[in-house]
Amino acid sequence: MATAQESEGFVVFDGVQKSYDGETLVVKDLNLSVAKGEFLTMLGPSGSGKTTCLMMLAGFETATNGEILLDSRPINSVPPHKRGIGMVFQNYALFPHMTVGENLSFPLEVRGLGKSKREEKIKRALDMVQMGAFMSRRPAQLSGGQQQRIALARALVFEPELVLMDEPLGALDKQLREHMQFEITRLAHDLGITTVYVTHDQTEALTMSDNVAVFDDGRIQQLDPPDVLYEEPSNSFVAQFIGENNTMDGVIKEIKGESCVVQLDGGALIDAKPVNVSKVGERTRVSIRPERVEANRDRLDADAHLIDAEVMEFIYMGDVFRTRLKVAGNENFIMKTRNAPDQIRHGRGDKVQIGWLPQDCRALDCPA
Amino acid sequence: MAMADATQDDVQVGDTTDKRGRLVTSDGTPLRRALERSMRRRKLMAFALVAPLLAFILIFFAFPIAQMMWRSVDNPQIVNAVPRTLEALQDWDGRDVPPERVFAALHADMMEDLDRPRREQRIGPMGIRLNYELSAARSAVSRTARQVPNFEAPFRDAFTDAHRLWGQPELWRVIQREGRPLTMSYYVAALDREFDEDGSIVKRPENRQIYVNLFGRTLALSVTITVMTFLLGFPIAYYLSILPMRYANLLMIAVLLPFWTSLLVRTSAWIVLLQQQGVLNTLFVNIGLIGDDNRLDLIYNQTGTIIAMTHILLPFMVLPLYSVMRTIPPSYMRAAKSLGATPTTAFRRVYFPQTLPGIGAGGVLVFIISIGYYITPALVGGQSGRMISNEIARHIQQSLNWGLAAALGSMLLVGVLLLYWLFNRLVGTDSLKFG
Repeated sequence: MATAQESEGFVVFDGVQKSYDGETLVVKDLNLSVAKGEFLTMLGPSGSGKTTCLMMLAGFETATNGEILLDSRPINSVPPHKRGIGMVFQNYALFPHMTVGENLSFPLEVRGLGKSKREEKIKRALDMVQMGAFMSRRPAQLSGGQQQRIALARALVFEPELVLMDEPLGALDKQLREHMQFEITRLAHDLGITTVYVTHDQTEALTMSDNVAVFDDGRIQQLDPPDVLYEEPSNSFVAQFIGENNTMDGVIKEIKGESCVVQLDGGALIDAKPVNVSKVGERTRVSIRPERVEANRDRLDADAHLIDAEVMEFIYMGDVFRTRLKVAGNENFIMKTRNAPDQIRHGRGDKVQIGWLPQDCRALDCPA
Repeated sequence: MAMADATQDDVQVGDTTDKRGRLVTSDGTPLRRALERSMRRRKLMAFALVAPLLAFILIFFAFPIAQMMWRSVDNPQIVNAVPRTLEALQDWDGRDVPPERVFAALHADMMEDLDRPRREQRIGPMGIRLNYELSAARSAVSRTARQVPNFEAPFRDAFTDAHRLWGQPELWRVIQREGRPLTMSYYVAALDREFDEDGSIVKRPENRQIYVNLFGRTLALSVTITVMTFLLGFPIAYYLSILPMRYANLLMIAVLLPFWTSLLVRTSAWIVLLQQQGVLNTLFVNIGLIGDDNRLDLIYNQTGTIIAMTHILLPFMVLPLYSVMRTIPPSYMRAAKSLGATPTTAFRRVYFPQTLPGIGAGGVLVFIISIGYYITPALVGGQSGRMISNEIARHIQQSLNWGLAAALGSMLLVGVLLLYWLFNRLVGTDSLKFG
């Protein structure tokens, strides 16, 4: 089952399935390989199986079928405390009856390290997260962000090669979250540890990861670096889930190599790039990012198809303009334009013609 | 502009301050008084809410307790009955039989008492009171009281003829010592002590020492019962806390069952189960665990008290434990394991310390309830399973020595408060979680 490339990974899921009730599969045939030092994010809506995968890797859930390998060793029957995997929990799970220092000392004590060695490592770990002065505080005396740092330090203090994070930033406010995103990635890269990160926040996934695995319905829908994921979603779920997208349904009219012509249900013709459609006459859902929609003819190919649109609403957002258009019967078609001196500020009711580069508009599967 | 403002201030005495610079409301009343008025309603409301319970507790709890504590030192019987005698006894040295004038005074006191209506007579209660200190004193007093009208001088011989006890300095010493409105003799007795001839406090002879041992036994039994409820309650509370709510509630009913069965039914059940010819013993004999001729004594002794009270008090341990354990998220144990701790270490160092508030609360509840428990030891405790509360009840209901019962009760109360204070110092009651 495992391909050659997969077996080289540091963490490998090989045909893993998981069922809680014996009737439905929460994780359906998961194959995934994480290279050493990689920062992989499992992204997906709740109930998509991403947390279950993480728990199986940590050892708190057992795989119903299939094999999980850590550094080429099968770990299905290894209990969690022998896996040597650092973990940051959603609510930090800092031990409330211990001080920060005792919390960090705990993993070192159970490993039988001597006192001086422990103190040295605790100090280094706390300095790493800039929390050196908080050694003797109790977790309850710390703010959410500080607790987050301590949880991170505790997961790293025993120098694991693999760290798992289960929505660690979920409880923080936006500004702190963005700051911690940056800090976690910096630490992970500096220390060269392999990280598996679970989140349902796509911004987090895009900004932090080397690779993102998008989960839905117990399967990985797409596994790619963030830019590929964003720009080239391989199916309509990913296109919808990551970022903002305009979608329109239609039928393939014509395919020529890397581009195709789609007739929308309203009758208009548009250019698109065929992604997972193969033949003329097939139903498709085209997806285009708001920022790739172009109202300026000059920036489009000479033979590009144009489509009539009516401005429903113009929203000034500072750095960008957000124009809501009515296109082919869809009143929620969004166009995002950069606030530049030459940019036209449309008014409600304006008639415009829009188009796009064929490679920006992706013809994807059409879900029933 | 500024000028205009100033003028306006003077005219209206300001919007926010009056002439003396105090803050006022928009209609001119001082702010402080307005606040008080608006708060008064709320204070009255709060008081009205607690008033019924406060009154109830004062009348039926605080007052009786105060009265009990008062009764343990109150000593009116002798002072009221024989004031002249006590006066005459003042310069008696306590060595020999008192002089004639004391007997004359006693005669006068007793004669006066005979004139009182029957219900208000004071010599009878004095006899009872003296009897607590000296057995046979009551019969001496009552027999003499009947003959007093016929006595003639010299009274000393008349009295000693009526009862030999009047000729013994011991009785007179008791009268002299207890002829004061307040006494500590009940506490002396409650501590297994007595007064010797010089009036100093000494230990009672060994065969008459009861209460100190009984206090010790009560303490030991309570500790045993607390430990037993902890050992039995901790696992079940843990199991309940990890079960889904639906099943946990179902099991909780089983734990709470002792609360819902009538005490008599429960005790009868224990008797049926535990007696020598009972279910348990017969079962043990039948499966060959013990011989037919040495059946176990499981009831009417300490074992019976421990078994029955552990059963009854178990919910008081389980409930606080359960409520604390429910709030400990499973992620702590997971975190500990992910950090490399074996399940045992994780439990010992991470889970268990977090249950301490529950253990403390449960322990304090069970201990304090069991230290004053009365009915179960009385029913299944036999002689060796009796506790201090049974002795208090005996003095109230049978020996009618309420002073001694009050002294024992006060000591129990103070002891419990002392232990609670100690516990508070060591553990801190603010960390307790009663549920």
